[in-house]
Amino acid sequence: MQMYDLPDPRGHFGPYGGVFVAETLSHALDELRDAYERCRRDAAFMAEFHYELKHYVGRPSPVYHAKRWSAALGGAQIFLKREDLNHTGAHKINNTIGQALLARHMGKKRVIAETGAGMHGVAAATVAARFGMKCVVYMGSEDIKRQAQNVYRMKLLGAEVVPVESGSKTLKDALNEAMRDWVTNVEDTFYILGTVAGPHPYPMMVRDFQSVIGEECKLQMPEMIGRQPDAVIACVGGGSNAMGIFYPYIKDEKVRLIGVEAAGEGLASGKHAASLCAGTPGVLHGNRTYLLQDANGQITETHSVSAGLDYPGVGPEHAWLKDQHRAEYVAITDDEALKAFSDLCRLEGIIPALESAHAVAYAVKIAPSMPKEKALLVNLSGRGDKDMQTVAERMGIKL
Amino acid sequence: MSRIAGRFAELKAAGRKALIPYVTAGDPLKASTVPLLHGMVEAGSDILEIGVPFSDPMADGPAIQRASERALKNGIGLSDVLGFVKTFREKDNLTPVVLMGYANPIEAMGVEKFVAAAKVAGVDGVIVVDYPPEECGPFADLCGKAGIDCIFLLAPTSTDARIREVARAGTGYLYYVSLKGVTGVKSVDVAEVAAQLPRLRAASKLPIGVGFGIRDAESALAISKIADAVIIGTRIVQEIESAGAEHAVARVKALLAPIRKALDS
Repeated sequence: MQMYDLPDPRGHFGPYGGVFVAETLSHALDELRDAYERCRRDAAFMAEFHYELKHYVGRPSPVYHAKRWSAALGGAQIFLKREDLNHTGAHKINNTIGQALLARHMGKKRVIAETGAGMHGVAAATVAARFGMKCVVYMGSEDIKRQAQNVYRMKLLGAEVVPVESGSKTLKDALNEAMRDWVTNVEDTFYILGTVAGPHPYPMMVRDFQSVIGEECKLQMPEMIGRQPDAVIACVGGGSNAMGIFYPYIKDEKVRLIGVEAAGEGLASGKHAASLCAGTPGVLHGNRTYLLQDANGQITETHSVSAGLDYPGVGPEHAWLKDQHRAEYVAITDDEALKAFSDLCRLEGIIPALESAHAVAYAVKIAPSMPKEKALLVNLSGRGDKDMQTVAERMGIKL
Repeated sequence: MSRIAGRFAELKAAGRKALIPYVTAGDPLKASTVPLLHGMVEAGSDILEIGVPFSDPMADGPAIQRASERALKNGIGLSDVLGFVKTFREKDNLTPVVLMGYANPIEAMGVEKFVAAAKVAGVDGVIVVDYPPEECGPFADLCGKAGIDCIFLLAPTSTDARIREVARAGTGYLYYVSLKGVTGVKSVDVAEVAAQLPRLRAASKLPIGVGFGIRDAESALAISKIADAVIIGTRIVQEIESAGAEHAVARVKALLAPIRKALDS
């Protein structure tokens, strides 16, 4: 891992990634790749990106030592990377700022996005408002029912939310529909993809924009404890917050990287969203990666209490890190995540997003058996305000 | 010579243009597909494209998405589709058959197993929408060795470099997507297609089929004057959807007959 320079020029991470799209999209992706290659080497572009991250998003986000909670668990010290404190309440905005700047650079006046729980849709609508662009968000009609508040937030921000009625009417179908829009309106439209999946250059580009999370941690952890953490833990749906915090640590092999997938009602139940733990390689949404699929290669429906992890694929770089044994991937059930959610609320006064609660729950599993000098860094990728309805329902409370 | 090349050679000698209809396998019922294939040949089709249903048909418009969903509800997988071809071949050993679909069902079966089974079933060509030439080298080689044509798409946005790459990798025919977007949403712009085809002709000697947005005899005739084949998908799938299983064959034949007549006029 000393020479980690993936992906290759065509977007491959070993056998994963690539550009598996219809010819109608090839040219748009070539254009995007060329524009991004220019911008990432352009000091003025990167300076503007970091200016926005500082003054609009509120970066750097702090690392917080959860002392009461660590003491209660009686083992390793737990540190939380506070992405929940970002503008819009999650890590998603790091990427949407980057892509909106790129869209503006390319002269595109209209942006589109897919969303599951609505967090990426909100982050896309936010930057579209910030930069004066027209914004259309595709969202599965099932998700629209589950996330009414985020739908309203997007509309307040001036975005048009288009319900997607095809397939399972969830995130994967929203992504299909956004791709169809892009193919049709490619001249004036920029597709702001929300995760490290999709065809090249998206997995690389989204990772690069999100890696500000890990870059900050690499400076913050030595300030706090005089060294890097023993392990970095992050939840994985598509995998953008995890890639963002893992990437700067990949070459540092002393640091364990642990990705936490959604086990839903348990891996054995079949009702989960754990593509890396329980899936097999295949081709979906423009890249080769681990997928949840049936024997005929049809993509299967997923389940998780957290809509943001409810995706049947995963970013191709995670697939590669898994096969190389550089990162470990584990899964946490709905019940375990909800328990961690409650504990973090009561012990530390922090309400985590249900997605992030999966990473928190895994720290709960391993911390007690580790010595007190060990340090676990958990990416608290978002805040839980959006999940009040879901959590209350699970607890049998009517709001 | 492959069945596809042979068919284009015959047509050229006769001064005729190819009519290539598309149906999604297993739509509306599992039992519908083989009679539809025979019916389309009776109505004057030259080559048949059979869609392999997929849960996430990213390049298709609403009509073909719905057809795919109906087929999946009927439990249709890639091995069923190969079964349809095998059954079709019992009565028709002449009409070329092309499978069109997405990469994942093929990878789930295994590319070697798929190519071998397709050969045995009597498949002549494959169009894998999300397999561009640079991502499917081993698959294209296997198809080549089995004598199965690999047909690639080209679009109005394709660069000259891209056209050369497809011309090098492709066999059978070139599938020119006549418009920007997904299948069947807009109507074809004949002048726009006419302006683009010389770039394809300069790069490849393969016959050119034009699809996406051809809906009737008039648009088919206009396209046939500049291309070698007219490909009709969405319009047929819509006809099947509105006709229902009982009347599907008769309605599709009635749809294709005037188009065939126009092409031969």
